Amino acid sequence: METATASRYTAEYQAIAAALPGQSAPWLQQLRANAATLFSEYGFPSLREEEWRYTNVSGIEKKLFTPTADLTTPRVDADWLATYQLQDAWSVVLVNGHFAAELSNLDGLPETVSIKSLARVLQDDPSQVEPFLAQAVSDDEHSFVAFNTAWFTDGLFVRIAAKQVLAKPIQLLHVVTEADRLAATRNILVADEMAQVQVIETFAGTAESYLSASVTEVFVGRNADVTLHKVQCESERAYHFGGTYVKQARDARFSHHNFALGGLLARTDIHSDLDDASECYLNGLYLGVKRQHMDNHTRINHLKPHGISRETYKGVLDGRAHGVFQGRVVVAEGAMKTDSEMNNRNLLLSNDAEADTKPQLEIYADDVKCAHGVTVGQLDEKSVFYLQSRCVDEKTARNMLTFAFANEMVDKVNIRSLHDLVLGQLLMRFPQEGINKEWL
Amino acid sequence: MLSIENLHVSVGDKPILKGINLQINAGEVHAIMGPNGSGKSTLSHVLSGKSGYTITEGKITYQGKDLTEMEPEIRAREGVFLAFQYPVEIPGVSNIYLLKAALNSIRKHHGLPEVDAMDFLTLVKDKVRLLEMDEKFLYRAVNEGFSGGEKKRNEILQMAILEPKLCILDETDSGLDIDALKVVAEGVNSLRSPERSFVMVTHYQRLLDYIKPDAVHVLAHGQIAMSGGPELALELEEKGYGWVENKQAAA
Repeated sequence: METATASRYTAEYQAIAAALPGQSAPWLQQLRANAATLFSEYGFPSLREEEWRYTNVSGIEKKLFTPTADLTTPRVDADWLATYQLQDAWSVVLVNGHFAAELSNLDGLPETVSIKSLARVLQDDPSQVEPFLAQAVSDDEHSFVAFNTAWFTDGLFVRIAAKQVLAKPIQLLHVVTEADRLAATRNILVADEMAQVQVIETFAGTAESYLSASVTEVFVGRNADVTLHKVQCESERAYHFGGTYVKQARDARFSHHNFALGGLLARTDIHSDLDDASECYLNGLYLGVKRQHMDNHTRINHLKPHGISRETYKGVLDGRAHGVFQGRVVVAEGAMKTDSEMNNRNLLLSNDAEADTKPQLEIYADDVKCAHGVTVGQLDEKSVFYLQSRCVDEKTARNMLTFAFANEMVDKVNIRSLHDLVLGQLLMRFPQEGINKEWL
Repeated sequence: MLSIENLHVSVGDKPILKGINLQINAGEVHAIMGPNGSGKSTLSHVLSGKSGYTITEGKITYQGKDLTEMEPEIRAREGVFLAFQYPVEIPGVSNIYLLKAALNSIRKHHGLPEVDAMDFLTLVKDKVRLLEMDEKFLYRAVNEGFSGGEKKRNEILQMAILEPKLCILDETDSGLDIDALKVVAEGVNSLRSPERSFVMVTHYQRLLDYIKPDAVHVLAHGQIAMSGGPELALELEEKGYGWVENKQAAA
């Protein structure tokens, strides 16, 4: 373990520890101290750990990304921000790891919904947060989680009261504007019984190189319905870790759409625990060009009977990009009638691109239905010829098929403005030129 | 229209077609029949330019030009249309977009401006009615989730809109029930004209009850073993492909 690096980071962060939110809550102080100890003991995850065997984070270790305790929001280019901020959503902006009220838009938010800076809640009434913080994920999950718990500077606390059905989505926009900055944010999303909400997490930056390390804990109440979208458009040389850890109550539905498009090295964790008859839908698209490394790690724990899970992840990899998919489905003893399907498909556009895919099924119950499928390959030549025989030249045919492959995941987004944002980001980053929206 | 002279085609080292001669004039309908493995589909693939086949001897002339020199999309723009035996599903590309793009690239190839959006829609809707299809199919992804019969109708729909000069139907009848077969045949018949030729590759004689051919050729072991009029198909139905192969062996 790189404990030397860890102690370097630890020393740096202890310097701001006293400025971190939640000083008045002893339980939080204890939690942070324990997490800091865990992190300094283990350092960042290494390739020797099974869950990290394809992802080398030594780039983060070599650099020293520093957090800021400065609460004055730096200037953010308004036009730039507007390209990511959705107009038809309630949106909250976090800049360099701190809530920026003046950039946020919460006009007309119903009283039954609370969207607040986590730092603010920890200052005013930490007991609101205590039942949730570090409850959907434990700090020994891996060191990024411990790292986040120890040093998060802010984040958002979102709670939707029982039976509330939100008319508009909520967007959490994470922005980094300063070079070598660490933005460590912690978000808590609670949907009480029978509430229904769509949330969008967007990650982007104007700085060149930085580390965005975000952990989101989601609690979906009984028969509640949460759809979470993650649109990761970090800068070309940025590092990204984003973990989403979900606890689903009985009959709760959770859907996740993960668009991993930006960053030099990006890792996403999506873990969900299912109760009786919970439903979990995970969709993902990762696009890697040049030397990008895109790692997606999902875990679905069927803990109780009658749960349903569906997972579709697609990867498009060009240049020397490296895509990773690790999908684990665990069916616990007694989780009878579990119905689970997992699918991962990868398209390699160059000889140097690489895809590592590892679907895992762990089944400890006998009356279940579980399926998984994985493909890694090139375009289907029969499809190329079919389009050619319909007058399309070969190059365009290949572009059409590649883009259509990716677009299938974009099409699953039913919020119009978000769909257009994702499509725009995808088109902008797509390795081939001459891609035409009209094909769709 | 199309002239095939002493055509020899191999896949890898294996010769499939061993000296095909065929002359098809404008306005004619030729049926190519034969048992499985006789080379019928190879012939239609070679005409449309599918890769993986090597022409070892002979030539194919289409409208006075060497067809083998052209990329598949150039052949298509020049008016060669292959209705696939197994139409391919293209998720993520809409049917109507592909139709419009194909039509426009043919027009561009001939120095014509892009089709007017309203005219295009009217044209498409007419043809959809002709093939008794649901308009919804236009806005779905190409062939995705279509039944076997719907895919074959979609092939004929594309053909009706693109108005090719040489239509190659590769086992369009296989897998169709009698009602669908009648609709498809009607679609094909409506396209018959003095300027347009058809090559119909089929395993069964039944298709020829609905689309009357000018000539019938029987392929066996990579060669045309027999040629004749429509009556040959009936005789073949009665006596079976074994009869042709025996005659070929005797000769």
